[in-house]
Amino acid sequence: MDFTFSEDQLLFQESVRDFLINEVTAERIRASWETDSGREDALWNQLAELGLTGMTVPEVYGGLGMTVLDFVLLAQECGYVGLPEPLVHTVMVAVPLLNDIGGELGEQWLPKVASGEAKVIVGLEQNLLVEDAHVADLLLIQQGHKLYAATPDQVSLRYNESVDPSRKLFTVELLTGATVVASGEQAATLIASTFNRGALGCAAQVLGLAQRMIDLSVQYTSERRQFGKPIGSFQAVKHHMANVAVRLEYAKAPTHRAAYAVAMGQEVAAHAVSHAKLVACEAANLAAKNSVQVHGAMGYTWEVDLHIFMKKAWALANTWGDAGFHKRRIGERIFSTDAVLGAGATFV
Amino acid sequence: MDLAFTEQQQAFREEVRSWLAGNVPPEPLQSFDTEEGFIQHRAWEATLNKGRWGMVTWPQVLGGRGCDLIEWLIFEEEYYKIRAPLRVNQNGIFLLGPTLMEYGTEEQKARILPKMANGEEVWAQAWSEPNAGSDMAAIRTTATLEGDKYIINGQKTWSTRAVWADWCFGMFRTDPESERHRGLTFILVPLNSPGITVRPIPQLDGLPGFAEIFFDNVEVGVENRLGDEGAGWSVAMATAGFERGLMLRSPARFQETARRLVELYSANRMSADCDPAVKDAVLGAYLDAESYCLATYQTACRLNKGGKIGAESSTNKIFWSELDQNMHATAMSILGARAELLPHAPDAHGVGAWLDGWLFSQSGPIYAGTNEVQRNIIAERMLGMPR
Repeated sequence: MDFTFSEDQLLFQESVRDFLINEVTAERIRASWETDSGREDALWNQLAELGLTGMTVPEVYGGLGMTVLDFVLLAQECGYVGLPEPLVHTVMVAVPLLNDIGGELGEQWLPKVASGEAKVIVGLEQNLLVEDAHVADLLLIQQGHKLYAATPDQVSLRYNESVDPSRKLFTVELLTGATVVASGEQAATLIASTFNRGALGCAAQVLGLAQRMIDLSVQYTSERRQFGKPIGSFQAVKHHMANVAVRLEYAKAPTHRAAYAVAMGQEVAAHAVSHAKLVACEAANLAAKNSVQVHGAMGYTWEVDLHIFMKKAWALANTWGDAGFHKRRIGERIFSTDAVLGAGATFV
Repeated sequence: MDLAFTEQQQAFREEVRSWLAGNVPPEPLQSFDTEEGFIQHRAWEATLNKGRWGMVTWPQVLGGRGCDLIEWLIFEEEYYKIRAPLRVNQNGIFLLGPTLMEYGTEEQKARILPKMANGEEVWAQAWSEPNAGSDMAAIRTTATLEGDKYIINGQKTWSTRAVWADWCFGMFRTDPESERHRGLTFILVPLNSPGITVRPIPQLDGLPGFAEIFFDNVEVGVENRLGDEGAGWSVAMATAGFERGLMLRSPARFQETARRLVELYSANRMSADCDPAVKDAVLGAYLDAESYCLATYQTACRLNKGGKIGAESSTNKIFWSELDQNMHATAMSILGARAELLPHAPDAHGVGAWLDGWLFSQSGPIYAGTNEVQRNIIAERMLGMPR
């Protein structure tokens, strides 16, 4: 039993955190809102140079050959800065799917993802819309019991604006030329595991988002003075943030456990992912609610940075399975007659 | 990361399980807040100690097994699964014991720990005073050094287990000129000392789980001072740290309550589902108990590797105490009209221990530092908000 991350994993997290905090500033995110795509090739190339786009790409294809467990702490850091680029999607959703499909498709695209030349985007029916379809060089789209591969000329996209200006969402209509890459049982398995990785990615990101909202709130309430004191010295304000800290603290281990279960292909993975997604999103939603409250009227403005992170947390809570979906999955397991629950049952 | 138990850990679990199966009394003991139940529980401590299962994390020379935190968690899982008796000497073994090992002299450890371990000496807490509750630094009970004795005068209250316990431990003001947390000293006091009056205080269940202790010129030898004179605050903070930590409230306890709650819900689904919030509460309780377990294992593994407990440990007490309250509140609403019935009422069939648990859960957010105090600590020390 060793529920810790390795020195290497923690060092990697630290260096990626430093990079992201320096590069992905709130100003840069706001600037991206003014561009057509909302995405920046220069930033993507930097991420590729750090090896991040290829983290889960096998070494033979120029990647680092790592797992989603190696990436989960980095996904938290992506959330912390509100990274608009589809890095979490690439590493946790698209690459492992491409890898599982394998064959010529994998051979052709995995090296390009690792080098940063190409982006691969996945669209599952469980999600209403497809994130970042406009910057995809290859799309892997579910239609019923089949998975299709399509290049940009083989699809038609309809843009949907999100409350989070960083999120770019599309309906994807397949045109002629899209090819079936998996069907039947195989497709169903691939879709299920891909979905779990997407939900895990959300859980990890919202942990970072919640921490960012806490940090912004602590900073603001330490500076803002009323009644002759920083408002953060008042217990009513303190307790709002303490409540968030408690929920966040206990959402981390379930998320790390879910990453482990997914990486190891454990039977419990779907259950662990639902647990993580529920508690992480609950913590982040509370962070959003209490952070906007302690910011007072400033929290209701476009100008203050809080909303960059708050809106992303709101959006992620209801994508890759909303609370209802994940609660149903948990319920099916724990309310079944043969459920093994209680002390000593967590790790079996 | 490797979330599988080693063969050694699995073997340890088997050993715990088989010993408990052969030794846990078949019938539940009476509450340790009754005279007879106290005696039964004291005997159980002796049984545990004889099997060297009394305090598995203690060193071998003290009758323990030198277990690490993971083995401790495994032991607790098996202990709660088989519903073994609650620990009447928890103030001693979980709170004072670790503090003694850190601050005690060799003489004190040799004199006190073995009798603590076998239940011969059961310990009560003597922290709070009528005017020193959340504000513990307001302690006024004095201990005046005269020769090789302290003369203690004053009053302690909410002293858990003090009615039938043999000793108490707490902080006393040894420097009458001092204020706040300076000038306090940690002293161990035999409860049969002349000049002590113990007045039982019935708790919500009507049983005297705690008491007031009056000290009228009580003489205590200096050999019963723990740590230096005037250093009581830092010694006590170590105890409070253990108390908040996983020793006192390991996850197994709450996971078993969550399991029983799922069972209660499943057995009463028709009526329980009339209130759609109930299913959600059961599900949420189950997840929170699991989260508590996962987070505790994560912390334990980090500590095993030499990591330090940080300010984030203050989140622990809020989490489990509110979880415990929520679980029992949900059970009460599932039980409906039967929820108010005492277990022995003729028509109470099946209410079991839920009512007792519900009553006890009311104390969780209060004892060991109220949750409001915990929230201040989290905001100031963990998040860095201004004082």
